[in-house]
Parts: sequence; structure tokens; C-alpha cells
Amino acid sequence: MKQLLNLFLARTKEYYRDRGSLSWSFIMPPLIIAAVALAFSREDPTLFKVGYYPAETPPAVLADKGYLQLLPYSDELKARQRIEHHQLDLLLYTDGSNHYLYNPTSVRAQPLRDLIASDTSGANWSAETLAGRKVRYVDWVIPGILAMNLMFSGLFGVGYVIVRYRKNGVLKRLQAAPVSPLTFLSAQLLSRLLIMLMVSVMVYLVSDWFLNFLMLGSYWLLLLIAVLGNICILSLGLIIASRLANEELANGLLNFLTFPMLLLSEVWFSLDGAPHWMSVVAEVLPLTHIVQAARSVMLDGAGINEVGYHLLVLAAMTAVFLLLAAKLFRWRAD
Amino acid sequence: MTAIMEVRQLVKHFKRVQAVNGLSFAIPRGICFGLLGPNGAGKTTTIEMMEGITRPSSGQILYKGKQNNPAFKQEAGIQFQSTALMDFLSVREVLQLFASFYQHSQPLPHLIEQCQLGDFIDQPATKLSGGQKQRLLLALALVNDPDILFLDEPTTGLDPQSRRNFWRLIEEIKQQGKTVVLTTHYMDEAEQLCDQLVIVDKGQIIAEGSPRDLLRSHFQDVFVCLDSEDLPPDWQQMESVTRQGRQSVIASRSIEGTLQALMQSGAKLHSLQVRNATLDDLFLKLTGHSLRE
Repeated sequence: MKQLLNLFLARTKEYYRDRGSLSWSFIMPPLIIAAVALAFSREDPTLFKVGYYPAETPPAVLADKGYLQLLPYSDELKARQRIEHHQLDLLLYTDGSNHYLYNPTSVRAQPLRDLIASDTSGANWSAETLAGRKVRYVDWVIPGILAMNLMFSGLFGVGYVIVRYRKNGVLKRLQAAPVSPLTFLSAQLLSRLLIMLMVSVMVYLVSDWFLNFLMLGSYWLLLLIAVLGNICILSLGLIIASRLANEELANGLLNFLTFPMLLLSEVWFSLDGAPHWMSVVAEVLPLTHIVQAARSVMLDGAGINEVGYHLLVLAAMTAVFLLLAAKLFRWRAD
Repeated sequence: MTAIMEVRQLVKHFKRVQAVNGLSFAIPRGICFGLLGPNGAGKTTTIEMMEGITRPSSGQILYKGKQNNPAFKQEAGIQFQSTALMDFLSVREVLQLFASFYQHSQPLPHLIEQCQLGDFIDQPATKLSGGQKQRLLLALALVNDPDILFLDEPTTGLDPQSRRNFWRLIEEIKQQGKTVVLTTHYMDEAEQLCDQLVIVDKGQIIAEGSPRDLLRSHFQDVFVCLDSEDLPPDWQQMESVTRQGRQSVIASRSIEGTLQALMQSGAKLHSLQVRNATLDDLFLKLTGHSLRE
């Protein structure tokens, strides 16, 4: 315990004194959030987004309209949430019931309703309303940016540092002392976990002060997601760090891991309407589960039952990553 | 005297290289034991197997009579040939960190005084001069008040003053009754510090004993050295004369007789040096090449 505490303190001091890395962790996320808030502060007026459910049969009534983007949905709940958050302008039911859903607080639904009213096929359309506060893009993207910061800091902070320690002989010196790999790795993981949680909380508070973004769920649940997600990412970083002594190779591997997550984990954009295989790949990426769970809590007020699946997946991934890292770990390169 | 450490038939081969080839020796308690050999002889591989850092391909290593003795890590102090330390930590913090790893550790003020760290104790550990860093690494090796201390090429790269300073520290440690295991390719370091040594070449022991006994058993001669250009040509063909760089070295049983003969044959004596045999001479005699090659 004394060893763990001292290694933890030593690593935390190192990070705290490395002003370059420290300030970057604090500065980068608010900068990105500010840029996003500015860039997407204006509505995109060019396209109306119409969803249809079930997904198999595109609606005939709105077909061949170049100014409409038609998005198929196989999950009704998800589609209704999009209406509630103003992310979808109208949802058509293509199950033969001839009804549609719209948000009465969204002005963009009205021209689409007029279009349906002018339908000459003789169908008798009925409308259902679902009101909800508009979710700005910045509200939607903030969970993604916070999770992305956890990912970069977790993977590079632990992975890169241990590879450097192995390369320059720090690990060899520790190997000669009565320190177990488990104690050493736990100290690295706990130090980075504490730092990143502090950074995330501060970035959240500052961004919220400026942007007053949507948070409907429990802060404790959000913290739980952040802790579990962070440990999962750090464990993944430990696998990369388990044997390598080459910083360039580690860098390449870390990029190889982070880029798919950046693209496919819905950090920046939703995978609605994307090819199915992308969703399948996204499902095995830890960042996807962190982002989706955090977004559900913040935007939909989801409780632990609703995000339970994501938490279980993250816990299972963490266990697998830790086992692999422990099995693969060597103090020195082969 | 009982052996604190014993090595039996130690072998290490890497993919294509046989680094250590069947070494066996025993190290009595309280002595300074040297592994002497040129670069690439297998000294570092051997000492790292003894330290438990590298796994042997075969053979046994016994510490206080036991293989894989769990007490070893708590009771051994280790200084590697080159070690980086954690970034952004001061010398004091690194010492405190390493002290926390052990069940028993020396009081830090004593360690700071012994290894003369006082002048730079609050400086970042990564920004020290060569001599300062070696003293800190020695302090880290001593932090647990070890029974056995391993030093791998401890003075390589140090200036002459820092080397002598370091030697004095090792002498003090020896006086405390600790066993010191040292690798070096400096013959003067081995002669100065080691009570017993093994000379290693190509992974094998080629000679062992105390430096004095080794030299006494292999050499009855002293060496008379002259610049080769000062030596008459007929001398250069003699069996007792070897050439070492620009110098010709005459192995002599009688200095007076050799000097007389040189003067009679018209040799110039202004570059004359007379010296005893060294471990380098021994190595040259045994292997045909110098320790420094």
C-alpha cells in the first residue's frame, strides 16, 4: 500500500509539473467546444430531415423531393427522441397507419405538414405531437468532446509514458526493486484517473457556465460513466504499453486505436443513416459506449437502467483489457 | 568464508549470440568481487542474471544458499550501467520514492551525506552532471542498506576526479562489511577495488583469483617500455619484445641487465618507462588481445 501510494504521488507530481501536458488537457477541450459552439450556432437551412419507421418501406408521399433528407429508423424510441430534440423535423410511420409525429415547438415541421396535407393520394393523415426542448449541436456534442478528451489523455497519458519509461530504463530500475507490476500499473492508472476526472469536471463546469448546456439526468450517474469509461480506456492503453519500447510504434498504434473511435463512436456526428457495418464496428469501441451513455443521461435524462447496458459492456471490456495487459506486461522489451 | 552468492554453470544465449557460456563462481561475504573483461564479454548479461533482471537460459544462481531466494530483492542494492529516472522529480523525492519500496531503509540524511548529495538534493534528478547522477544511482542502490551491492560499470564515462571520488565511496561501503559485485573493463579499477575477480572473455572465465595472485602466478617479469623508433632493429625481432601501439614492451627478469644491454646496443632511452605487469597484460597474454580493444 505504501508503495502504491508513493508511486501514485510520484506520477501525479510528474504530471502536475509537466506544465505543457497539464495545460493542454485543460485548454484543448474548451477550445474545441468554443469552436463547435461558434461554428454551429447558425441553423443549417438547406435540408429538412424526415425519418420513417419502420425502415424497410420508404414513404411514397415525400419521395423524390430533393430538399428532403429521408432517414430510415428501425428503432422507434430513438426516432421519437430525435423529434423531441429537434434533430428530426418529422417522423412518418410507414406501417400503413397513415400517421406522423412532429414537435410543435419546431417551426421547421410546419412546411412538411403542409406538404403532407397537399397529398393527393387520398390518404387520411393523422398527426401526433411530441414537444421537447431543442437540443443544440453543442449540447449534443459536449458528451462526445469530454469523452474524447478522456480517450486521448487516457491512451496517450498511460500508454506513451510507460513505453517511454521502458525505453529509457526507468522500468528496469523499478524491476530491480521489490515493486510488483500490478502495484506499478495500478499507481499509473489511479493517478491518471484522478487527474482526468478533475480535468473533466473543471472543463464541464467552465463550459456549462458559458453555454448553459442541457443536462437532464443525474450528475452521479454521469460521474459513474466517466469513472468506468476512463478506467476502460486506461486499461486499453495498458495493453499498448505492455511490451513496446518504441515510442514511434506506440504512437502509430495509439493513433490506429483513436481514429476509428473518433470517427465511429458518434463523437462528432450521429451514425443514423450510416451503413449498418459502421454501427456494428462502433459497438466494439469503448468510446461509443461512454458517449452514448453520457449523451443519454445528459440529453434524455436516462437513469441507471437505461444506460445499464453500456455500463456492463464497459465493465466487461475493462476486465478483458486488464487481463490481457497483465498477461502481456513485461518490464523490459523482448 | 561462506559464499553469499554462488553461480553454477550459468548459460545465456540470445537469438544468435551465446552471451554467457557456463560460468561458475562463488562470492564470499564482505569482499569486492569483480567481473573484468572487454566490452561484449558477457559481464552485464552475467550481472543482470545475478540481479534477477534477466532470466538465464540454464544454470543456477544461489543467494545465501537458496535459488530464487525471496529475500534477495529486499537485501540487494543494484546500480545499472545507465538508468533514467522519473521526469520532474527532485533528487530527494526520488530517494523517498525508492525508500518506500523496501521494508527496511537507511535514514535519508545519512545516505545524503554518505553519497554527497547535499549540494543538489532539491534539483530535478534528470538534470545532474555525470558524477552527480552516478552518486544518486549509488544512493538508490544503498537506500535499503543492502547486504550485497551490484555495480555495473559504475565509472564508465566519468572524468578522472569523479572516478577517484567514486572509488573512495566504494571503499567506504566495503569497510561497512557489505559485499560488492562490480563489473568493469578498467583494469586499474579492478586492481584498486577488487579483492577477487574473474576475467571473462566471450562468455567464459579465462582466469580467476585475487589481482595480486593472478599477476604473480602469470608474470615473473617487469616491463621495460620504449617508443618503437628508439629501439634498435635487432631488438624488435626478439621473442621477449611485443609491440603495443607506438611502444615496444620488453619483458625483463632483470631491469639492470636489460638497461645495460639496451645502452650497449645504442638504444635511445628518453622515452623509457619501467612498470609492473597489469591485468591488461594478463588479458593480452591469455587472449592475444587487449582489454581496451
